[in-house]
Formats: sequence, structure tokens, C-alpha cells
Amino acid sequence: MQNSPIREFLSKRGSGSLADNSFAAVMLLCALSIFAIVFFILTILILRSHQSLVQFGWKFFTRQAWDPVSGDFGALPFIYGTLATSLLALLMAVPLALGVAVFLTELCPRPLRAPISFLTELLAAIPSVVYGLWAVFVLVPLMRDHLGPFLVKTLGWTGFFEGANFGVGLLTASIILAIMILPIISSLTRDIMNAVPNSQREAVLALGATRWEMIRIGVLRNSRIGIVGAVMLGLGRALGETMAVTMVIGNHPDISKSLFAPGYTLASVIANEFSEATGDLYLSALIEIGLALFLVTIVVNTIARLMVWAVTRNAPARVH
Amino acid sequence: MAAGAGAQNLNGAGATFPYPIYSRWFSEYKQQNPSVQINYQSIGSGGGIRQVSEGTVDFGATDSPMSDEAIKSAKVKTMHIPTVLGAVVPVYNLKGVSANLNFSGDVIADIYLGKITKWSDPRIAKDNPGVKFPDAAILPVYRSDGSGTSFIFTDFLSKVSPDFKSKVGAAASVRWPTGIGQKGNEGVAGMVRQSPNSFGYVELIYAKGNNMQFGSVKNAAGKFIQASTDGVTAAAAAAAKSMPADYRVSITNAPGAESYPISSFTWLLIPVQSTDAAKGKALAGFLTWMLDKGESEASSMTYAPLPRPVQDMVRKTITSVK
Repeated sequence: MQNSPIREFLSKRGSGSLADNSFAAVMLLCALSIFAIVFFILTILILRSHQSLVQFGWKFFTRQAWDPVSGDFGALPFIYGTLATSLLALLMAVPLALGVAVFLTELCPRPLRAPISFLTELLAAIPSVVYGLWAVFVLVPLMRDHLGPFLVKTLGWTGFFEGANFGVGLLTASIILAIMILPIISSLTRDIMNAVPNSQREAVLALGATRWEMIRIGVLRNSRIGIVGAVMLGLGRALGETMAVTMVIGNHPDISKSLFAPGYTLASVIANEFSEATGDLYLSALIEIGLALFLVTIVVNTIARLMVWAVTRNAPARVH
Repeated sequence: MAAGAGAQNLNGAGATFPYPIYSRWFSEYKQQNPSVQINYQSIGSGGGIRQVSEGTVDFGATDSPMSDEAIKSAKVKTMHIPTVLGAVVPVYNLKGVSANLNFSGDVIADIYLGKITKWSDPRIAKDNPGVKFPDAAILPVYRSDGSGTSFIFTDFLSKVSPDFKSKVGAAASVRWPTGIGQKGNEGVAGMVRQSPNSFGYVELIYAKGNNMQFGSVKNAAGKFIQASTDGVTAAAAAAAKSMPADYRVSITNAPGAESYPISSFTWLLIPVQSTDAAKGKALAGFLTWMLDKGESEASSMTYAPLPRPVQDMVRKTITSVK
């Protein structure tokens, strides 16, 4: 084959294969570092929680006990609190975030677009302790005096709003989590929707679709995998959020159907009790709580991936 | 400091409660003895005990004495040196009640056990003749983070209520049967301040610093005492008569008519044998200074100073610091 002028120029500059190979090797190392980090975290968690693992076995994850005085530990109320608050937060934040993203990409008048985007990203940059303080001073009284009684009156029949309402509890924690993950999900979703080529929108419109049909078929359908990814990132933050949650959840390790009841999350109990924990078994149990959080995150992510796979495997993004 | 002695760095870690006065002591000591630099990190009593037992710091500090088990398993053997005293006070938020309320220990225990659920309970009324209580549910608030404050409080409740002792017990973190947990003194105080009909407990220093109203507690002599540094030192003096040689003593519910019942020492953990002689000497030097000068500054920072007999005991003990 005759060398093109470009090829000649490149080979004159020196060997490209060495640079290419070393570049590939460096990139591989970067990728492997993720495995190494996960491996080291998991190893340390298992090693340091050895005593508690031996003492309680797998039952640790299904026991409802947390008594540092008598050395009786179980993670179930914390797992429940973590999952309940995170899922409730998703339930509130996802529709809102999708709405924000759809509005920004499809409906928003141009002059409004930049300020709203800017504000969304600003929300994402606020430290969680500030959200926590805001929740303590604004959300908690609001929940106690107005929102709570309103929910009892309208949705009391569901049984989720029973018992005393002190303003702190699972529901308040979920609301603050929803507010915290909203900007992450909405700004990522907006970027994903922006990436949908305009030809898709035009094609759907050309077929006589209404604006809503265009958004549903042309935009949402094409970006659903990306949206799930954005939701997963939001869920990740909700599962691990510590400071804001511990300020409003009530920190009482009980499992209760009522959303007014105080609860406790995995991350909160570590933050609360680690510094003053004495005794090897107690420390070991706290580290096993960390292991539980790690496992909960993995399981939740796996389930989400499976759901995406189940939805998309037979239905590539296309109009039926 | 002897001429020619090089600069000595001492690193310590532990309790957060005495941190304000420790940091003041250490900086003053540095001004007067420029060759000794003492660094202190307030990482919590549990961390302090662990680090000094492992030998990663030169001294530790704790709000609750080390357990026999912890002492046995420690690599570095330490001694407890009491430094100052703190107290815990009950706080509450009751609309329409401006009087300073009285509480018996067993009443407080039963509030946290969920046995006394209403402010109108006759046992609360009995301690407060003439006060009209609302028929409202009590919201007990506790510290969610492990803390010396919770240790002192539960230690007291365990002494006055056998039921509390068997169901909850005394520790920096316990399993509270009922109520809501908030982080830090500021968390508990904030929750009590904004929640009608709530009841909580905070450190005396915090309550005083923030001008909070707090209740009086019945002491072992049957008198209701409102917390003050004098009352706390009185409790320590009453306990000094039976002070064990290792200073690991609880002075909650101390005898004496003027003793405030929910108070406790806080301790420095000093290695019996420091890694090198110069460090031991520097530590002993600081401890002597603390007794000579430091203690007299305690009250101005609302910490209760050690009573005279305990100071004399400590002075003897620190001669063995090597």
C-alpha cells in the first residue's frame, strides 16, 4: 500500500506504537485502580469486623437489636431506615427531576434556561450540613405543625401516618434527601436529553405527533438508559448521606410502619457512635454496619441494572 | 526547664468535653514553657482510649473511666489523672410553666423508660407543688452520638433506678427504649427549644453558655439542687473520702446535702512509663503546672475545679509519672 502523506508525516515523527501502547497501559492501570479500591475497602471492612461476623454470623443483617451496654448487635433497623428513606426520596425526587429536565430542554423559554440551570447546579453544591440545618429550623416545624396534620387528614387511612408526629422522623429525612438528590438527577437528565439529536424530535413531529408525544417517543424513550443512570447516582448519594439525615431522622433504631416514627440509617449510626465506641465487639459491629452499607449499595445497584436490562433487552430504543 | 533540653512535642487525643479548657491550658503552658509543645485532638473518649492504649499518642483523655477489660488489653499501661469536673442538667420546654422545675432521679429514669408519658403525671407534680402541668405527652430527647454526657446521665439513672439499670444501663451510647436522638448538645438543646412538651439533658457548660433554663435534681440527701460549679465540686469533695487509688470513681448521686448528683470527673490518661524519659518528665511538668495554676482557671470557664483533697492526692500520684 502506498503511504499517504499523512502516514508519512506520522512515521517521520517517530514510532507511534510505543506511545499508543504505553497510553493504553496507563489507562488500564487507571481502570484497575477502581477494582483495587473496592477490593481494599471490602478487605478492610471484613477484617476489622471479624469479631462481629464470628459472633453474630449472617443473622447480624436480620436481627433487630442494638445494645452497646450488653453487646447485642444487629443491623436490620438501620438497613430498613436506609432503604426506606432512600426509596421514598427517589419516589419524590425522580418525577420532579424529570419534570425539571423536560421543561429545561423542551419547553423553557430561552432567557429562563440559563438561570434555572444555574440554580439547579448551585443546589447540588450546597454542603449537606447546610441542608441539615435548614431542615432542623424550617422543615421540622413545618412538618410538625402543618404538613403532618394535613397528611393525617388526607392520607391517614393508609396507615403510614400514625402515631405522634414530632416533626422529625423517616418522612422528614426522606424529604430532605429528595431535595438533596433532585439537582443531581435533574441536571444529569437534562444533559442526557440535550444529547438526543434534534432529527429524532423532528422525525416524530413530522409523523404528526403532538408535543407531549414528541417528548415521550422522541426524547424520553431515547434517553431512558441515561435517566436510569442519573437516578442511580442520586440513589447512591441518598444511601450514603449522613449529616443531614442524622439531624432530622430521630436516631431511634426501630422498625415502624408509620413515616412519622423516628428511624436510623446505617451511615448515621456510624457517624454518631464511632468516635466514642469502646470495646472490641462494639467497634467491630460498627464496622460491620459499614459492610452492610457496602452490600446494600451493591445489591440495590445490581437490582437496578437488572431492571434496566430486563426493560431494554427486547426493546431497543425505537418507536413501536 | 533545664538548660539544653530540646523542644519537646507531646501529642494527645481524646474527650471533646474538656477540650476548651485543655486547649487553653496547653497554650498557656507553652507560653510559660516555650520548650514544650502540647498538641491535643478532640476525637472522642473512645478514640482517646484506643490511641493511648496502642501507643500512637503520648497521652489520652476520657470522660468515662476505662473498663477493667480495656485496661487489661491495653498495650501501653496508663493511669487516670482527674483534671476537672462536669455536670449534666435536665432541660425542658413547657408552655405556661415558668417555674424552675424539680426532678427526682427515678422520675427522670421513668420518663426515659417510657413509664411516665404525660407531664400531668402525679409523680412529677409531687416534686413540684403548686405548679400546674398540662395534660400533654412528654417527648424525651437524648444524645444520639456517643458522649461522656450520656455516660454521666445514664450512670446516674442506673444508680437511682434499678429498672433503668437492668433495661438500659450506663454507657456513652445506650439503647434508649423511647424518645428521639439528636446529635451533640446543640442538637438536643435545639430540639428541646423548638418542640413543645419535650425533655432533654445537656452539659452544664452548654446550658450556662446559652442561658438555658434548667431543672433541679434531687440528690442522695433528698435535697433538690440546681447545678453549679460549687455543687459539682461539693459532690467531688464528698466522694474524695472514698477515692480509690486509681481515681476510677463515679461521683453521680454523691452523698452530702450540697452535692449536685449528676456530675463526673474527666480524666487524662497518662502512660505509667512513657516511651522516653524526656516525654514522661514533660508530662509530669505539665501536670504539676495544672495543679498549681490551671485549676484556678477552671471556674472562669464554668468547669468545676478539683476539690483540695483530690488535688493533694493527684500531686502525690504524679511523682510516679516516668
